[in-house]
Amino acid sequence: MLLTATASALLMLMQQAPAEGTDWDAEFGVEAKQRDPVTGEFPVDPYPQSNANAGAAPYDGAGLAAAFGGREGIARIAARTVDLSEADPRIAPIFASHDMVRLKRTLGEQFCYLLGAGCDYTGRDMKTAHAQMGVSRADMNALVENLQAAMREARVPFAAQNRLLAKLAPISRDVVER
Amino acid sequence: MVLSLSSLLILAQAAVGPSAAGAEDAPERQERIAYQPVLEQPAAASPPNSLVPATAPVAPDDALALNESEPRAGKLRMFDGGKLLLTNGVTTVEGSSGGGLARWATIGGRQMAGGIGASAHVTGIELADFGWRSYGIAVGLGDRIELSYARADFDTRDIGTALGIGQGYTFNLDTFGAKLRVAGDLVYGETWLPQIAVGIEHKRSRDGALVRALGAADAAGTDYTLSATKLFLARSLLVNATLRYTEANELGLLGFGAAGGGADYRLQFEGSVGYQLSRRAVVGAEYRSKPDNLGLGDDDWMDIFAAYALTRHLTLTAAYVDLGSIATIPGQRGGFLSAQVAF
Repeated sequence: MLLTATASALLMLMQQAPAEGTDWDAEFGVEAKQRDPVTGEFPVDPYPQSNANAGAAPYDGAGLAAAFGGREGIARIAARTVDLSEADPRIAPIFASHDMVRLKRTLGEQFCYLLGAGCDYTGRDMKTAHAQMGVSRADMNALVENLQAAMREARVPFAAQNRLLAKLAPISRDVVER
Repeated sequence: MVLSLSSLLILAQAAVGPSAAGAEDAPERQERIAYQPVLEQPAAASPPNSLVPATAPVAPDDALALNESEPRAGKLRMFDGGKLLLTNGVTTVEGSSGGGLARWATIGGRQMAGGIGASAHVTGIELADFGWRSYGIAVGLGDRIELSYARADFDTRDIGTALGIGQGYTFNLDTFGAKLRVAGDLVYGETWLPQIAVGIEHKRSRDGALVRALGAADAAGTDYTLSATKLFLARSLLVNATLRYTEANELGLLGFGAAGGGADYRLQFEGSVGYQLSRRAVVGAEYRSKPDNLGLGDDDWMDIFAAYALTRHLTLTAAYVDLGSIATIPGQRGGFLSAQVAF
């Protein structure tokens, strides 16, 4: 036993410090994901795309979309909601390891589709997209507050804000896990 | 064996360590081993043809810094409220979460599932001839159970003389309430499924001898309630309906039932509608039917209310109430003001 210990101690002493500036990713074979140069998004595994993935039927008519500032206004509100949530200590950790560029796009598409502004939703369905995230009702409320803040900043009338929330509220059953 | 080996290794490291691990290059070592998550590398600068417009970075002030450390009791989070504004309701004259007059299926306090919350309220009603004061507390357990206590003081003022009970005689009532949410959610879930709750309100009049003299059978009694409440977001409309099985006279201030028998438990209705003007403001109306066991002209109650959430914790409610005839004195209309603090 003493012999083994001495041998190990000797081995330790003989070890060399690794060279400065070692590329550890290369040493351990870690592949960094590359963002798509055009969209700026990380690649995702293929999945069947359908507007049904948005989780609800869209509103008819253009009035509601206009209240949100059209497609551009909707995209801005979605992006702002994500920004606020990333900065919100209550729920920021949920967003930390996900692709915010993609989320801003798909969330904007979902809002745009549900509000009848004529977009197609290309994201995954709500259950798949939120699997294993452990989202709670309190997290959901925090997100709703951030969305409300984004809509308020964009001067969306309150009744119109609630019309969007009315589409999202039933979908929450696929998002909230605990 | 393994233990001793590893401790030796540590000793060996310590032996060679000091020269390499000088105080000045310690930070450098830390920097080198820091793990850099892949996704936190700066994104490719704004994609040229993206639907997503560039937005300004969120200033620290904008970030909702609400993550105060909350007290805990074991696994339960105390006062770690996460409810949306106004979704805990305001407080009824009987101390339950609801509108001003009608009980709702909502659970008091701002706690979410797994948390404990509490609320307290004071309410004053100024009527043509009477004054009402009530105050109480409620404790919410998760999104499931509400326990409440309220004390109501009903001042007869000058009418006390006319009724022969003395100037300013004040009736007092203790109400102990419990409510259990059995299904649904006020905001989330299917639109057609409201939040549904069952509950009881056990009331004890502190004027036993007097209410019996007035003709009541008992000084204490229990109401049984079934409530359904839903916020219809698409219309910004909150709707509540409550069935109350009760024998209370004027909520119990004048006792329970009638001494002659005959009058007993009856089913009564409480309805509320509220329109959400904003996250913080709601206006609405309520109606509450009441039995008239004593034949004193016990009328149905109604009100028009406005509630405003000044902060997450403080909600003020003002209402115009029409309580009809009370103790044979008609025309009891007036102002209702209530403050609720919730955590």
